[in-house]
Amino acid sequence: MPLDRHRPPVRLHWELARRGFRRYAAYPGATIAGLFTNTFFGLLIAYVLLAVYETRVEVGGYDVVEAVTYVWLGQGLLSVVASFGPTWSELALRIRSGDIATDLQRPLDLQAAGLAQDAGRAFYQLLFRALPPFVVGGLVFEITLPDDPMRWLAFALSVVLAVAVSFAIRFLVNLWAFWLLDYRGSLALAMATTSLLSGMVVPLVYFPGGLADVVRALPFASMLQAPIDVFLGEELGGSTLVVLALQLLWAVLLLGLGRALLAAGTRKLVVQGG
Amino acid sequence: MGDLAGIYARLIGARVRSQLEYRASLALQFVGMAVLTGIDFVAILVLFENVDALDGWRLEEIALLYGIATISFALSDLAVGHLDLFPQMIRDGTFDQILVRPLPSLLQVVASDFSLRRLGKALQGLAVLVFALTQLELDWTAGKVFVLVAAVIAGTVIYAAVWVALATVAFWIVDAIEFVNAFTYGGSYLSQYPITIFGRWLRGLVLFVLPLAFVAYFPALVILDRESGLALPAELGYLTSLVAAGTALVAVSAWNGAVRHYRSAGG
Repeated sequence: MPLDRHRPPVRLHWELARRGFRRYAAYPGATIAGLFTNTFFGLLIAYVLLAVYETRVEVGGYDVVEAVTYVWLGQGLLSVVASFGPTWSELALRIRSGDIATDLQRPLDLQAAGLAQDAGRAFYQLLFRALPPFVVGGLVFEITLPDDPMRWLAFALSVVLAVAVSFAIRFLVNLWAFWLLDYRGSLALAMATTSLLSGMVVPLVYFPGGLADVVRALPFASMLQAPIDVFLGEELGGSTLVVLALQLLWAVLLLGLGRALLAAGTRKLVVQGG
Repeated sequence: MGDLAGIYARLIGARVRSQLEYRASLALQFVGMAVLTGIDFVAILVLFENVDALDGWRLEEIALLYGIATISFALSDLAVGHLDLFPQMIRDGTFDQILVRPLPSLLQVVASDFSLRRLGKALQGLAVLVFALTQLELDWTAGKVFVLVAAVIAGTVIYAAVWVALATVAFWIVDAIEFVNAFTYGGSYLSQYPITIFGRWLRGLVLFVLPLAFVAYFPALVILDRESGLALPAELGYLTSLVAAGTALVAVSAWNGAVRHYRSAGG
């Protein structure tokens, strides 16, 4: 089935994004619990890094204040770039159950619609999950903020690109279900890779020597390490533009790969009962 | 009591057999789990690329903490980790069905699942523990062997008790119950490091409220002949079994108390 048979208007995607937002806004209890967990983990990781700086003034280019800022920014952005959660397997479950056939009959582009909904989700998480832990972290520990308004702008752009790359990666992982009967093992591996290589458990700049530069250039780094580096002014290659361009490149490449894979999966699709 | 243990064993045996029907799938999930949870140790290795010690603890000493904490947590996750789904049982009313059956409600909830893939995490913790024990040049005594074995068993009981005690909060708050994850998964993360690196109130929390300091920290002090660095003596590492028994008693009482006050949404 051709994917681009209908070009839906912008209005449709706006409505999808609003519903993505409202879907998460419908569960304030889950938001509060998530906030509590993010803040608690933020405290734990911050204390571990403080212990690292007992014997060092600077590690991987970060001083202690930058490292603590990294932790709180990271805990805040975790849910924005959906490091965990149902979006890693929602589509996969529909592929397995065969519901995907209904999705494909709808007159909309599955990937674009998914991206629009995810943008709404990310905006909700940014307001209600990212900001509060960062404020708490700033009250309990010493953190640093950019003074240059341009840097805030670049950071905002970097977060948008981070969500796009994150969506592209999750979309690809979901599509594996077209080929794998049991995708849960590979899903766990994909999430493990993402959590280590996005900079979620430990800043990528702490990796030894040349390895740090390699992992910082991979698409996973675009999800978390990249926006934080833009915020701190500690970018790979010393340039904000390089980081943003790299994020854009990964977003375009991986979204393109997702389209190709979706087309291939759709061709392969056989739904029980015709 | 013996009867209950027999019933539990039969229920769990049935769950194990059904999972063994899908061996390939189980093996994949097992490996996935080992790798996913092994990330925490990779993070520690990355930190030690930059420092020789964390608060005076060398890599192999931290690995000892990590091994004990990870195996204990994985075993408690195997036994009671599905309590994460317990709020759902309250919400959709299936807990009411449990209450009319002639078996203790906690036993039924706990026996409702037994995901063997969670052992993947234990395997990974065991690998790190073996690494620690081969790197550390320890003067083994009968006392230390006892402390190590008791630590894993007591640690499993302590984590499980914390899980049960916190899950009872779901009888009152169903909506925000995921906050429990902060203490279960957070507690697992925290026990991988020396307690002394955390702030004063966090140390108080894991010493006196949720006794997670007894999972790995105190046993490791005894095994490594270290000073405690806290207000309490390192010798408490010999008494983890007592702490575990006390914690389990509190957790079961909390559960039974909560069940007595439970009012079904269905009236």
